[in-house]
Parts: sequence; structure tokens; C-alpha cells
Amino acid sequence: MAIAQQKPNQINFNIRQIILPIAIILVVAYFLGPILWQVLTSVKVNADISAVPNVYIPKQITFDHYLSLFRRRPFTLYILNSAFVSLSSTLLCLALGAPAAYALARSRLWGEKLILAGVMIVTLFPAVLLFLGMLEVVKALNLGNNYLALIIPYTAINLPLTILVMRSFFQQLPKDLEDAAKVDGYNTFQMLWEIILPMTLPALVTTGILTFISAWNEFIFALTFMTRESMKTIPVATAQLSGTSVFEIPYGPIAAATVLGTLPLVLLVLAFQRRIVQGLTAGAVKG
Amino acid sequence: MTADSIQRREQRTGWILVAPALILLMLVFAYPILRAFWLSLFTQNLGTELKLVFSGLGNYGRMVGDGRFWQSLWNTAVFTTSSVLLELILGMGIALVLNQPFKGRGIVRTISLLPWALPTALMGVAWAWIFNDQYGVINDILMRLGLIESGISWLGDPTLAMMAVVLADVWKTTPFIALLLLAGLQSISPDLYEAHAIDGASRWQSFRQITLPLLMPQIVIALLFRFAQAFGIFDLIQVMTGGGPAGGTETVSIYIYSTVMRYLDFGYGAALVVCTFLLLVAAVAIAAYFLSRARANAAGVN
Repeated sequence: MAIAQQKPNQINFNIRQIILPIAIILVVAYFLGPILWQVLTSVKVNADISAVPNVYIPKQITFDHYLSLFRRRPFTLYILNSAFVSLSSTLLCLALGAPAAYALARSRLWGEKLILAGVMIVTLFPAVLLFLGMLEVVKALNLGNNYLALIIPYTAINLPLTILVMRSFFQQLPKDLEDAAKVDGYNTFQMLWEIILPMTLPALVTTGILTFISAWNEFIFALTFMTRESMKTIPVATAQLSGTSVFEIPYGPIAAATVLGTLPLVLLVLAFQRRIVQGLTAGAVKG
Repeated sequence: MTADSIQRREQRTGWILVAPALILLMLVFAYPILRAFWLSLFTQNLGTELKLVFSGLGNYGRMVGDGRFWQSLWNTAVFTTSSVLLELILGMGIALVLNQPFKGRGIVRTISLLPWALPTALMGVAWAWIFNDQYGVINDILMRLGLIESGISWLGDPTLAMMAVVLADVWKTTPFIALLLLAGLQSISPDLYEAHAIDGASRWQSFRQITLPLLMPQIVIALLFRFAQAFGIFDLIQVMTGGGPAGGTETVSIYIYSTVMRYLDFGYGAALVVCTFLLLVAAVAIAAYFLSRARANAAGVN
């Protein structure tokens, strides 16, 4: 706390100087450790992976585990499936969520409070409560092993957060521009497309990233609705790798698969840390 | 144009903008829940050749005597309580650290966000490897420290497996709590601490008397979100233990999933969904009550 520096309290100050660096190192080690261990396992040769005691500094590095993923399984397809489903859900979620958020911020709709309360409450529903009903919908519409079986629920699951974050963004937007546009003869849809949308891009990027992360990570729907090997997403395909061999569990390829599956998100976090935090806190606090 | 018709047009445009999102939300949220209420009154399983046979409250009666259901509910309670409590304590500590001024704070904050962003199922795979009985790094570290003689079978014992999944979940979700609390810490004015220090208060006293009460709304919100997520935990446990060993980590959601997907017992699965849903709603209502009180209190301190 800032106060410690201003107080000429020598003992307090010294303790702070020692404890803070240790605490920082612990935090970094705690959060990075499991990830780095996985990266290390993915480049170790098999003899090192199954060495007791563990090998922390391998003498030999290999990329065979990565190559085997592509050689023995349709790993390129898993990546493409995950990317396609996540991107489409993100775009669809923004296309449906942003206009709804705008209307909820500006139109003084009848029943607006009820809609907002409903939207907030459903953010708390775990997917397991929905999958039984969705299973019936998917069967009835014959959507098994179809991208839509994932795109539809992923879009819906991320709509509440998108609506809440975008609504608070629209509320901060000055209304003068819209009034001026109306005076100039724009109708609501033209005004949204030509004037509001360009100003909204930063907020759209923020909520879009959150949706993309959530869609890329989703497990239960992907596990249930995508049974054909060529339609699986990375999380499900990786989780099922260990069950493929009766004799030995392929630890190396599993580690390589987790690294590949997490890499896009690591890059996203590195690039957009600030925006993600903004979106997260805005979504939670508005809710 | 009269004011009335302008207003009517605004309403209509508003509804056109809201409708697509609302319809999708209805389809994916409202329909499955309502459908579960309806389906829970029927027996639909292999015994009825997957045909709907009305059985009234039979499924709920079966639930009362279903030891596996109660066990899964107990497991869910243990998992949720221990995981959320640990996260809160750890998250608070990390938020306090990240709130200090130091070089490279931006990088440390980025690192602190990583676990939250990574796919839970994949990190479940990673944690299962960390807790591996033969080659796991946890056993290796404990042996090097001389704390254990031989490797522990973490995922082979019900109690240890529960500890393992809780620890993995804490790692994965502490960032969420830490970031929410950090945002709260940043909004507290330093003047408050200064005034308090002039009054002769110690740092622990100002933490208790300023930080905690002002942070209470964030704490309750974080608890609410995390409670709901932990209560419905599926992917992490499914990947790490599949609910085993001997049902030791089988939570309600894992039980629902195998009731539906493995035993094809749709009616009973629906009853389990309804029960879980009602428990969650009750918990959220209680939390919402505390949230409104916490907000009122925080406003009072300010």
C-alpha cells in the first residue's frame, strides 16, 4: 500500500522490501509452473519423460511428439474445427449481442428490467443444466456432427456477457451524435451501421476476445455433439488421447497437444491483457 | 408525427434489435430448463425402450433413496466450498501483491491472467500429469524434499483425488478472483488509508476496517460467480478422474452426464437437472441478498 512509503517507518519498509519480491516470485512460479512443466514434457525424449527421479534439464530436445500428432491423427482438422467454431460463434455473438445491448441501453423498452435480470441470472447457469435439453434439440434438428450444434450454444452462452458489457459501453456514449444523425435523416439502422459501429470497435474487440476464449475452451457440448473424429475440437480430442492406447499412455504427444491447444490463447492474453481484464471486470461488476 | 407514435416506433425498433438475441437465449437456456422440468415427470430409459412413460414424481422419489446422488451432492459441496474458500484467500493475497507498485508489474499481471484463459480440459490433462503416480512432478518434489518415501497415488485414492482436483481448480480460477479484487482495490482512494494512518491505525487495522468493507461487493460478486461455476464443475473432473476413484470425485454434473450419456436414463437425468437448478437458484438468491447488503454497507463507509 502506498502508505508504507510515506510513513518513515524503517522496520516496516525493510520487511516490505524483502517480502514483496518473494511474493512476486511465488505468484509467477505458481501460475507459470504447470504450463512450463507441460512445455518441458512435450519436448523431452520418452526416456526422460519416464525417468525417476524427474529430469528438469533435458540433455536432448525433440519435436517428435508434435510431429506424431499430425502424422497419426487429424490434428490439423482439430485446430481448424476449433478455430472455425470459435470465430463463427464470436462474430455471431457480436452481431446479435451488440444491437440488443444498444436497444437495452437506449430504447426504454417495456420489460427492459425483466430482460436484464434474466440475462444476468443465466450467466450463472452451468452448461450441464443445458446439455440434456440441447441434446434433444440437436437430435430433432439432426445437427449431430454439424458445426451449428456448437456454434448455436456457444453464441447463446456468451450473449449475456456481451450484452452486459456492450450495454454499459453504449450508456457511456454521448447521445448527441445519435440525435444529430436523426436530425440529418438517418434511420436507426443506418445510424447504427454508419455512426455507432465505428465508435464501438474497441468494445467489440474486448467482448469478442472473451467470447473467443470461452468458445475455444468449451468442453461438454463439444464432447456430446461431435462424435465423428474429423469434427472434434482440440480440448476434446486431447482429453481423449490418453484413452487411445491400452499398453502405454502417450504422455509426450498429450503434452504436445495441450501446448498446441493453449498456444493461441496464450498469444491472445499476451496481446490483449488489458482489454480482457477490462471486459471481465466490467461484465462481473455490471452483473 | 405525434410524440406517441415516435415512442411507439422507438419501441418497435428496440424490439427488432433485441429479438434475435432473446430468441437464441430462450432456445439455449429457457427451453432446456423447462424441458427438464417436464421430462422429469416421465420415465424414459432403456427399460421403457426410450419411450416416455408418465411416472409423476417417481424420479424424485428415486432420488431420495439414491445413495449415489447424495454422495455426488456431498462431493459437490466439498469441492465447491474448499475450492472457493482457497481461491478467495489466495486471490486476495495475489490482488494485494499486484496492487503494489513494482517494476514489471504489467508482465506479472499478464502472467496472472494466463490460467484463467487456458482451456480447462487441457489444463486438467496437464494437472493429471503433474499428479501422475509414477512420473508426476508433485511426487518428485515431495521425494526430493524427503517428505515421502515413495510416490503417492494421488488420483487413485478418493480423498487425495478430491484434493488434487481442488488444487487444480484453485490454480485455474484464482486469477479470476484476484483480478476482480484488484479492480476493487484500485478504486479505493489512498486518502482513506492516509487519514486512517494519521489516526494511528496499523496496516492490519486498515485492511480490516477499510479494505475489507469497501471490497465486500467485489468479494460477494466473485464468490457468486465462482460458486455457480464450481457447483457445475464438469470438464476438469471429467478429464482428471472421470469422477473416480470409487465415485470419490463424482460431482452432481458428472453424475448427470453419466446418467444421460452412459445409462441413457433421460427422465431421471432430467430430475437431477431440475434439482441442481433449484439448488443453484436458492444459493444465488441468498448471495444476491448479501450482495445488496454489502453494497449498502460499502456505500455507508464511503
